[in-house]
Amino acid sequence: MRYSILSVLSQALQGNTGWKPVWRDAELKPAYDIVIVGGGGHGLATAFYLAKEHGLTNVAVLEKGWLGSGNVGRNTTIIRSNYLLPGNIPFYEWSMKLWEGLEQDLNYNAMVSQRGVLNLYHSDVQRDAYARRGNAMRLHGVDADLLDREQVKALVPYLDFDNARFPIQGGLMQRRGGTVRHDAVAWGYARAADQRGVDIVQNCEVTGIRLEGGRVVGLDTAKGFVRAGKVGLACAGNSSRVAALAGLRLPIESHVLQAFVSEGIKPLIDTVITFGAGHFYISQSDKGGLVFGGDIDGYNSYAQRGNLPAVEDVCESGMALMPMIGRLRLLRSWGGLMDMSMDGSPIIDKTPIEGLYLNAGWCYGGFKATPASGWCFAHTIARDEPHTLNAAYRLDRFATGHLIDEKGAGAQPNLH
Amino acid sequence: MLLITCPYCGARPESEFRCGGEAHIARPPQPGNVDDTAWADYLFYRTNPKGVHAERWLHAHGCQRWFNMLRDTASDQVIGIYAMGKSRPDRPKT
Repeated sequence: MRYSILSVLSQALQGNTGWKPVWRDAELKPAYDIVIVGGGGHGLATAFYLAKEHGLTNVAVLEKGWLGSGNVGRNTTIIRSNYLLPGNIPFYEWSMKLWEGLEQDLNYNAMVSQRGVLNLYHSDVQRDAYARRGNAMRLHGVDADLLDREQVKALVPYLDFDNARFPIQGGLMQRRGGTVRHDAVAWGYARAADQRGVDIVQNCEVTGIRLEGGRVVGLDTAKGFVRAGKVGLACAGNSSRVAALAGLRLPIESHVLQAFVSEGIKPLIDTVITFGAGHFYISQSDKGGLVFGGDIDGYNSYAQRGNLPAVEDVCESGMALMPMIGRLRLLRSWGGLMDMSMDGSPIIDKTPIEGLYLNAGWCYGGFKATPASGWCFAHTIARDEPHTLNAAYRLDRFATGHLIDEKGAGAQPNLH
Repeated sequence: MLLITCPYCGARPESEFRCGGEAHIARPPQPGNVDDTAWADYLFYRTNPKGVHAERWLHAHGCQRWFNMLRDTASDQVIGIYAMGKSRPDRPKT
């Protein structure tokens, strides 16, 4: 069913009895041209763009749990393209452009809200760094405005501007940034891929990758063996484990990142604010809860739950930025698994094994990249070569020295 | 909160410590003699298991000494602690 004002009205008249499931619960067929491992945002987007851009529809997406049970439903829903390095800006800007047309593309309301992303600066040095970043963005055709203290004050007067240690001097604003309803991204891509003939198979964990003569031939799954011409891995968080099934070792550590939501309050924050002196980012969901997060916990973990020191650290950063949130109660906190790559940048590439493709290493920036990641991964799989947009995200860059150190902090997962 | 038993100071809260990543990664003795792939493997590639993980920890806000720890990355349970330079206790000695 195509969603439109007419479909909503006719369903209203029928008492909403005619709505159909959004995608088929497909049975696993014995063979596919392409199998995508991982039914999160990136995997579903890849399947959608394989069908839409390349006309490949003999495709399956295998998901170990239920659809969207991983990081696509565990993030803080922020989208932005305020990057600095040449290998990153065009990719993330393409992602932003796809976000802007996403709902029309998918015929699904993903609640894309371009409410702006404001990165605060607290010192002269940081202002200069943000000016450089803003200039790099504008040279690539991305919007960026460097705001001074009074301009920031007019937007978000409730921040602690005269903090004794980290006074707010201004901020770098990307007005086209914002938030998206994260679950709707998974559902929308799933529905649109399904309508084009892609099989989405849930509760189907991959337990083995079969190789013959250095080439992938199929996958062992919880629902039996499936033959595959090509296999794309899009299972960030568990990339090392799945790649190990094919004997691959990756430059990745899995870490836990926590996110938080407060009790619902009346509209307060109409943009996304990031604290420049600590690691803290906050926005307000349409239900009214303040959604925020900070640093990873600091040690390898697959536990999908975090520890209290990180909770305390995030809340302290929040209090330093917005003292008034101290009286809010925390409603929930949860953890997601981050593929922390060693230089803080992702990998979308072929692997040394023929027919096996890798989409991994998203650190904690994977959600905003979902459309472009799927788009570029689909191109890489369909054409057997990377697109120029993801040409820098090579797996062998760690050996050739072409690292993408966006933050300028060095190549260790605990630094970015 | 992890409760970590520093071999020198006893049981202390996690916030006093800093994790130094995977343990037992040997630096190639002659860096000039290894190729780029082997050097990248030493610098960047990790085992990253779901299960028992041998890792280095530093008692940063304490005695400032390093030690090794076995921890289950699926449950975060600490399995054992042993001194720097010792081989992994759950593996046969080579």
